[in-house]
Amino acid sequence: MNNQRYDADVVVIGGGVTGCAVARELSRYDLKVCLLERTEDVCSGTSKANSAIIHAGYDAAAGSVMAKMNVEGNRLMDQLAADLDIPFRRNGSLVLCFSEEDMPGLQELYVRGVTNGVPGLRIISGDEARRMEPNLTDEVVAALYAPTGGIVCPFNMTIALAENACENGVEFHFLTEVTEIRKCGEGYELSVRETGERTDGPAGDAYKAECEDGTGAAGKTAADLQEAEMPENGAVKTITARFVVNAAGVYADRFHNMVSRRRISITPRRGTYCLLDQEAGHHVDKTIFQLPGKYGKGVLVTPTIHGNLLIGPTAADIGDKEGTYTTAEELAEVTAKSARGVKDIPYRQVITSFAGLRAHEAGHEFILGEPEDAPGFFDAAGIESPGLSSAPAIGVYLAEMIAQKAGAPVKEHFVSTRKGIPHVAAMDRESRAALIAERPDYGTIVCRCENVSEGEIVDSIRRPLGARSLDGIKRRVRQGMGRCQAGFCTPRTMEILSRETGIPMEKICKNQPGSEMITGEI
Amino acid sequence: MRHHDIVIVGGGPAGLAAAVAARKAGISDILILERDNVLGGILNQCIHNGFGLHTFKEELTGPEYAARYIAQVEEEKIPYRLNTIVVDITRSREVTYINREEGLVTIRAGAVILAMGCRERPRGALNTPGYRPAGIYSAGTAQRLMNIEGYLVGKEAVILGSGDIGLIMARRMTLEGAKVKVVAEIMPYSGGLKRNIVQCLDDYGIPLKLSHTVVDIHGKERLTGVTIAEVDENKNPIPGTEEYYSCDTLLLSVGLIPENELSKSAGISLNRVTSGPNVNDRLETEAEGIYACGNVLHVHDLVDFVSQEAALAGENAAEYVKNAASDGENVIPLVAADGVRYTVPQFLEMDGMRDSVTVRFRVADVYRDRYISVYYDDQLISRKKKKVLAPGEMEQVVLSKKSLAEYPRTERITIRTEVE
Amino acid sequence: MEVRELICISCPMGCPLTVTMDGDSLTVTGNTCPRGEDYAKKEVLSPTRIVTSSVRVNGGTIARVSVKTKTDIPKGKIFDVMKEIRAARVDAPVAMGDVVIADCAGTGVEVIATKSVARA
Repeated sequence: MNNQRYDADVVVIGGGVTGCAVARELSRYDLKVCLLERTEDVCSGTSKANSAIIHAGYDAAAGSVMAKMNVEGNRLMDQLAADLDIPFRRNGSLVLCFSEEDMPGLQELYVRGVTNGVPGLRIISGDEARRMEPNLTDEVVAALYAPTGGIVCPFNMTIALAENACENGVEFHFLTEVTEIRKCGEGYELSVRETGERTDGPAGDAYKAECEDGTGAAGKTAADLQEAEMPENGAVKTITARFVVNAAGVYADRFHNMVSRRRISITPRRGTYCLLDQEAGHHVDKTIFQLPGKYGKGVLVTPTIHGNLLIGPTAADIGDKEGTYTTAEELAEVTAKSARGVKDIPYRQVITSFAGLRAHEAGHEFILGEPEDAPGFFDAAGIESPGLSSAPAIGVYLAEMIAQKAGAPVKEHFVSTRKGIPHVAAMDRESRAALIAERPDYGTIVCRCENVSEGEIVDSIRRPLGARSLDGIKRRVRQGMGRCQAGFCTPRTMEILSRETGIPMEKICKNQPGSEMITGEI
Repeated sequence: MRHHDIVIVGGGPAGLAAAVAARKAGISDILILERDNVLGGILNQCIHNGFGLHTFKEELTGPEYAARYIAQVEEEKIPYRLNTIVVDITRSREVTYINREEGLVTIRAGAVILAMGCRERPRGALNTPGYRPAGIYSAGTAQRLMNIEGYLVGKEAVILGSGDIGLIMARRMTLEGAKVKVVAEIMPYSGGLKRNIVQCLDDYGIPLKLSHTVVDIHGKERLTGVTIAEVDENKNPIPGTEEYYSCDTLLLSVGLIPENELSKSAGISLNRVTSGPNVNDRLETEAEGIYACGNVLHVHDLVDFVSQEAALAGENAAEYVKNAASDGENVIPLVAADGVRYTVPQFLEMDGMRDSVTVRFRVADVYRDRYISVYYDDQLISRKKKKVLAPGEMEQVVLSKKSLAEYPRTERITIRTEVE
Repeated sequence: MEVRELICISCPMGCPLTVTMDGDSLTVTGNTCPRGEDYAKKEVLSPTRIVTSSVRVNGGTIARVSVKTKTDIPKGKIFDVMKEIRAARVDAPVAMGDVVIADCAGTGVEVIATKSVARA
């Protein structure tokens, strides 16, 4: 519909899983939607470093927005995963109870879960839990079993939502930082600063041509739009919008407080994790939580959807919204706590450790919707755990609210499905052979640990909203995610990225500008 | 299914030497499968000199050393496939590989020689705290970017680990105008060759800090610095010894790990110390007809020893293809004790034993004035005094069939270090 | 009398050497082969090194060709040699052994290619 008085009907701030889910749901309606992301890619903040699980929904307080969104988001995952080709598995979860005196706590969790509408919950004995998971320790006296708990690839989920949103017309502006928001008529005016330029190489054009050829894709990459609309590098400009969605993660308080007197405060809560080799991936099958007890809050042990083992997180409230560093103490804490519930974890097989920041809001509740004093500004703030699980529901909830307020009709030609990049190594022999015959670059393995072919890397770059950094490629096709941690494939991947996009080698970044990999030619 | 007498997985120094030896032993149907776009493996990026003193009695650079073997492979017209990755090997010696021309292909091999080499331990395996910025490279990755692609990875570097590649890269970066501020080594001794410490660090005044490690990594996008601290005897950082070094590059040279994912796919179990397969004196793994040599078997210090070992694997594989020798009888295990960390091979099969068998091993610590002793059961057979023994350098003893024949009831052979 | 401790780098054995200098006489102990003695004397009197690096190739299948000084050069000349190597350019094809720089930094030593690079 696009009200002519504004550059966009809706501006979404933040390309994390929440922002992308909202954008995707908004793209069902006849609205001009713009998503602004500060970094070079979607899924670069909280969404990239978390437990990668879909919670069942027994944790959040009964009657809370958090509980509602979690349970609903969990329910939506099957359809979403099928529609958008997102790897997802309901592996089930267990909450371990270590002493009889903590049993009331477990019971309370069960009752809360039932109240929240979590299906299939059961309290089981320690022995039954050990039959389910032979590597549980003898300390476990009972457990809450939730069959609907699941594991997902948060990168894939966010990227899938973004790609689908893009295909349905949402404009993505990367390296675009919102610096100010002012009320402007009924809507808002945003000052943005462009911190870099997203390169779109010849390959992007080739892909665009392919799309226009018949696949029905939007046919325009975000970079095209950006090139057309953005002034030269580094410029500050303004964008006006009738509605704003604040999905800025740990920075959501900053934007909220620009438009509302009802201040909120988001504290980054750092969580440190260790990721283990796929050889350790079968150590447990379900996601294993620990019931908070007299020894404090535990850590979880879970397989990932790609077959690694993930342990963590710690919880440290910090002041630094960029403080994604690990500390020796927190790494030690992860190890120590995980051993309580699960025995013989092969810590020698740690392939990497990382820290993510949860956007913790003082009231420990999701803040969704318009502040009383800022109509048209929609918060999705305080989205900490279970934010990933809730994202699909938050998207629907906010999009419906905005569409209604805008009086926007549902689009006639919404494309609800999206196909991911083929994971060639996981295919059966015949399909793989056929694919290589058609596209020989699927037969050149670049990342030998994860068996990622050149074709998949090329795809990850050429797709709409394609990767422009090494981390972007890694998050899309798992290049460098394996046990050698990109030791062998880094030079080759840099070359492919440079070749496909025209970005000179010296400008190839690990992620954001400033993270250049090399300093120049010898 | 296509059949080849011998399939060699890997076209680096081990694979090349194995191929040449197998051809000389009379096998014509050999296929080398190489993942890179050239033969020679890691030698292509090791442009420094010091290779081949044992084999060719002259000092060659890595590419020159590789070229000698590649020339033999070309001369002998031994077929090879480049840009080809082996994705599976079965115990019955079915080898599946993939490349862009042929797609996915499974072939059957009379014998398989594993020569996949090794990979570097990444930062993640160290679990070093801090940020995860750009500018942290394993030394070999930086070496490839510099020596093959021609790019400088950084201007101010700190190197963690004093493995040979790290030492070599300290010099290499210095020669190309970068400032290498320090090499930190968590152990109280260096894991690299002495000559590399002299030529790569001492020559350029680069300090080597033993019993030190990196305890924090700074910089969110690109590395801005690291904190180094001294460690106690349990390798735990000592509070108060932290020192900050500003740098844009951290190179890691913290160990090499044999690349045995394919061996595992064939159901071959790995030795806990070497991370390579256990082998008999013919370098045959526990899977019949599957041999291993070079850095996939155990990490070597010198390529000359890789070539020697690989030639032996090639000859033995050829012998197996010709005679399909049955499992050897009369197996004697080799035991590593008292400062000897492991032995390769791990056991002897007396019936098929050659006149002499070279046993290679590494020691657990730096020792001075010690003997290396060989025992048949409790009987001391030989001892050799060594002025210095160091974990960074491979040692060897030679066992003779003749001497073993004099002790026919030997149940185990022990190799140990002894003070007196 | 002056005593210097060295580690022999003639080969990877790395023998620990002791050089005793007494006036004009030099004695070396700790070596296990004659090369150790040669090395020690040379290292004390006029140390030399082989320099290895790489040179940019125009029109080759790879960007750089690895090179070395054909023989060792005085240790003090290393950075002078590097300066010339860094400035040098060669056109593909290059054969292993080809002379890339005839007399490098006045040492009288050639810099030669240590690998072959075909034309792209």
